[in-house]
Amino acid sequence: MNISDIYTSAVPLYAVLVSLAAVPLILLSAKRQNLREFWTIAAGVVKFCLVLTLLPGALENRVATVCLFEITPNIQLALKADAVGVFFAIVASGLWIITSIYSIGYMRGLGEHKQTRYFSYFAVCLSSTLGIAFAANLVTFILFYEILTIATYPLVIHKETKEAIYAGRKYLAYTLTAGVFLIAAAAWTYQLNGNLDFVPGGLLQGLVMTAGTAVPLFFLFIVGVGVKASIMPLHSWLPTAMAAPTPVSALLHAVAVVKAGVFGIIRVSMFIFGPTVMAEFGLNRILIVFAVITILVGSLLAFKQDNLKKRLAYSTVAHLSYIVLGVGIMSSTALIGSLLHIAFHATMKITLFFCAGAIYVHLHKENISEMDGIGKAMPWTLGAFTVASIGLAGIPPVNGFISKWYLGAGAADSGQFLLIVVLVISGIFNAGYFSPIVYRAFFRKGQEQERQKEAKSAMVIPLVLTACLSVVFGIFPNSFFSFFRLAVQAVTGIFGGPFP
Amino acid sequence: MIQNNAPALVPLIFLFAGIIIPLVALKLRSAAYFIVLAATLLSTIVSISNVIFVLDSGPVRYFFGGWPPPIGIEYVLDPLSAFLTAVINGIALIVLVHAGKIVEKEIQKHRRVPYYALVMLFLCGCNGIILTGDFFNLYVFLEISSLALYGLVAAGDKKSPVAAFRYLIMGTVGGGFYLLGVGFLYVHTGSLNMADIKEILPVLGTQPVVIVALSLMILGLGIKMALFPLHGWLPDAYTHAPSASSSIMAPIGVKIGAYGILRILLFVFGIKFVTQVFPIAQILTWLSAAGIIYGSILAISQDEMKRMLAYSSISQIGYIGLGIGLANPYGIIGAVLHILNHGLMKACLFLVAGNFRFKLGHSNIKEFTSSLRKTMPWTTASFVAGALAMVGIPPTVGFFSKWYLALGTIENKSWILLVVILLSSLLNAVYFFRIIEKIYFKPTNSKQKEEERPHRKGTEVAASMLIPTLVLAGALFIFGFLNTLIVKGVLMKVLPPGM
Repeated sequence: MNISDIYTSAVPLYAVLVSLAAVPLILLSAKRQNLREFWTIAAGVVKFCLVLTLLPGALENRVATVCLFEITPNIQLALKADAVGVFFAIVASGLWIITSIYSIGYMRGLGEHKQTRYFSYFAVCLSSTLGIAFAANLVTFILFYEILTIATYPLVIHKETKEAIYAGRKYLAYTLTAGVFLIAAAAWTYQLNGNLDFVPGGLLQGLVMTAGTAVPLFFLFIVGVGVKASIMPLHSWLPTAMAAPTPVSALLHAVAVVKAGVFGIIRVSMFIFGPTVMAEFGLNRILIVFAVITILVGSLLAFKQDNLKKRLAYSTVAHLSYIVLGVGIMSSTALIGSLLHIAFHATMKITLFFCAGAIYVHLHKENISEMDGIGKAMPWTLGAFTVASIGLAGIPPVNGFISKWYLGAGAADSGQFLLIVVLVISGIFNAGYFSPIVYRAFFRKGQEQERQKEAKSAMVIPLVLTACLSVVFGIFPNSFFSFFRLAVQAVTGIFGGPFP
Repeated sequence: MIQNNAPALVPLIFLFAGIIIPLVALKLRSAAYFIVLAATLLSTIVSISNVIFVLDSGPVRYFFGGWPPPIGIEYVLDPLSAFLTAVINGIALIVLVHAGKIVEKEIQKHRRVPYYALVMLFLCGCNGIILTGDFFNLYVFLEISSLALYGLVAAGDKKSPVAAFRYLIMGTVGGGFYLLGVGFLYVHTGSLNMADIKEILPVLGTQPVVIVALSLMILGLGIKMALFPLHGWLPDAYTHAPSASSSIMAPIGVKIGAYGILRILLFVFGIKFVTQVFPIAQILTWLSAAGIIYGSILAISQDEMKRMLAYSSISQIGYIGLGIGLANPYGIIGAVLHILNHGLMKACLFLVAGNFRFKLGHSNIKEFTSSLRKTMPWTTASFVAGALAMVGIPPTVGFFSKWYLALGTIENKSWILLVVILLSSLLNAVYFFRIIEKIYFKPTNSKQKEEERPHRKGTEVAASMLIPTLVLAGALFIFGFLNTLIVKGVLMKVLPPGM
């Protein structure tokens, strides 16, 4: 085990709090739209820069930590910016800036009500997402995890239609139940161990446990974080939550909230249980079984959705389980694939959601069957859509290929060749459910003459940007944020020893 | 010098205030309210300084009239009693600041003076119960506080006398059982002093008389505490009582019974006796668990907010009973902490209900619409804070109660109880988000709009009502962050000896 060099720094705390500090400013400038949006963007940029200052340290295995105070006896409210945390934080905070710009175009384009509420809760969500990324122990993690649950609720029901309120109920029912499971799991772990810190390689490593303890405890944890990670059969809130405005679906239901779930799975498997304990009790097999089912069934369900956002939602369900699968394979290569997929799936899926939103605002179309010929009207949007869907199918040069390659290589490393077959089948499914959309948009003629204009630039620029990022990361995975090196660093910490 | 007399001071302040209020009011009726506030403020200060003093220099024993026990009556200020008096007086102070306006609205002029006098007697009783070290004296204070409460309930709406009468019958039966238990104990041990009896009991060994005495005392206090299935009096009493009464009863009233049980089980009879020799702690735990689920489920089906909160109280008091019954450090810490936490939450929510009644004239959940979020933004925000705390979302206080109790159940390997605690927080979510949905998202229909227009002018309630509500809502978060301070600083010293 390589010991990381820990130093005290308040930067992770500031990074968490910046967007929270923006909330009162957003509320105060409710009447002046531009000023209000300025606060969001400013907070986003500051937050992102703060996270980036943590990057060099994380790459060199120097971990910034900050302990605030004891939140319950023996457990600190503490943040630490280790490689995994910084990785997730960069993805979430970077995409927040882009989403904010997009949100402005989307919300104004539709003339949505209660935009102030929308932007302020978005800021709260981002604070809690970074809190999740930087949480140094389970209690801190749960704190931010639950705040995220609650802060997302007003965004899900934003439209306040019957459908939205139903979605909100379902969302809360699933996520609050999960929170309760997580609390039970944390309390149990505390009683076993007297400590809840995230330790690379596993907190419970070396603790004498029977399978009668380890397996139920693991199940509690997996239900706790698995709802947000939308592992089947815990996934059904996610398609319903598509009732939310599209930028919410884009950032929260493709990046922040659901990735917080898979991030939780990584924390639980690699930092609480650890590879040794996971292997000892065969816990990783549980993950693999659920992940494979989710990947295949999720992809199949995506086929039958006519609503574009719902199709994307099922695709998200399937892709989240790629990450879970990588954790379950438990080889360092596969885990690198998992981590990379957190970032890369984010850029691709957010592009697709942005496209869906742009189509909805510009042409008022939600259903795929109505999208004949829209490629002519919106070439940039649909172009970006095409790029991202190629990536999700795992075809180079888009970044989806890289993460999938590492997942496959990891499966091969550990001799689980059947999983490679699963990945290939799923790639074919992806191509299968995305290509009809591209085909309709570009090669079928629309019934009416579409307006020959693109959507607003505030929406088109972000989605083109994320599509470009997907390609850039596909060719140079280390560009800008050294995602690859960061992932290697994280994995080295967990599995110990230098990366082969 | 003053600290040596401190245990007796707080009940005497309230008793004195209760007596002079009617006298002063003969001359100056409006003074009653200010005497109430002054007395409560004074006793809050005294009880907080008592906490500090006790933590510094250990328990204080005060012999009334200088007669040492077992002949005389003894008052004991130990960490548990100091902490709990500080909690109830602090909460009472906030609630009574709020009460000024709403009492003016809900209670006729000629009844206000006796009403305030009763409030003082009630608080006198509560503090006395907590501070006394004598079983019979405890009974006296129990009856003082209960008799005052019957009056406080009966001052409410048309149905309140019936509710009060029912409460009176149940409460008196409860008091009777308790007294009977004390009688048995006295006959057997020859003493009424708690510390004395604690010494005598192990010598006498386990005899049926002791077990009967214990059962009767717990049964009596169980009625006062509204322990399931002895809770029948509570929903009506809370619903029909005036808003001010229900908001002072709910956070404080039933806790007194819980305190009595805690004191008797774990401090007098001892953990070994109540868990191994005669497992009444387990019975308490399981009844509480049943109450937690029962109260939560019935709360879901209520249409009147105060009634819903009443059923929720039955459920929450179960948390306290469950924690006591677990009889391990985490359970006790969770239970005592929940006395504070639930006090804050329920006070906050009942003040919100009071604000709704003050402005709308009702608190029917079905009639809540999203116009409330516009007309009363701060009150609804406080409601959300209270709701989040009840559901147990960190960093509110509710989460930490849940956390310690969960640790306690796991320590005893009582998995079913763990499920009960966690399930209940989900049921809480059901009935609180039901209201949140209404007050934030239910569109106002045109007919109601017309009706509510007059209310629009004065949007929120007066500052004297709003500030206490907001203080409590803020406290839900602040005490959440401070919980370690309280647990480590106070509650770890509260634990009975031998833990």
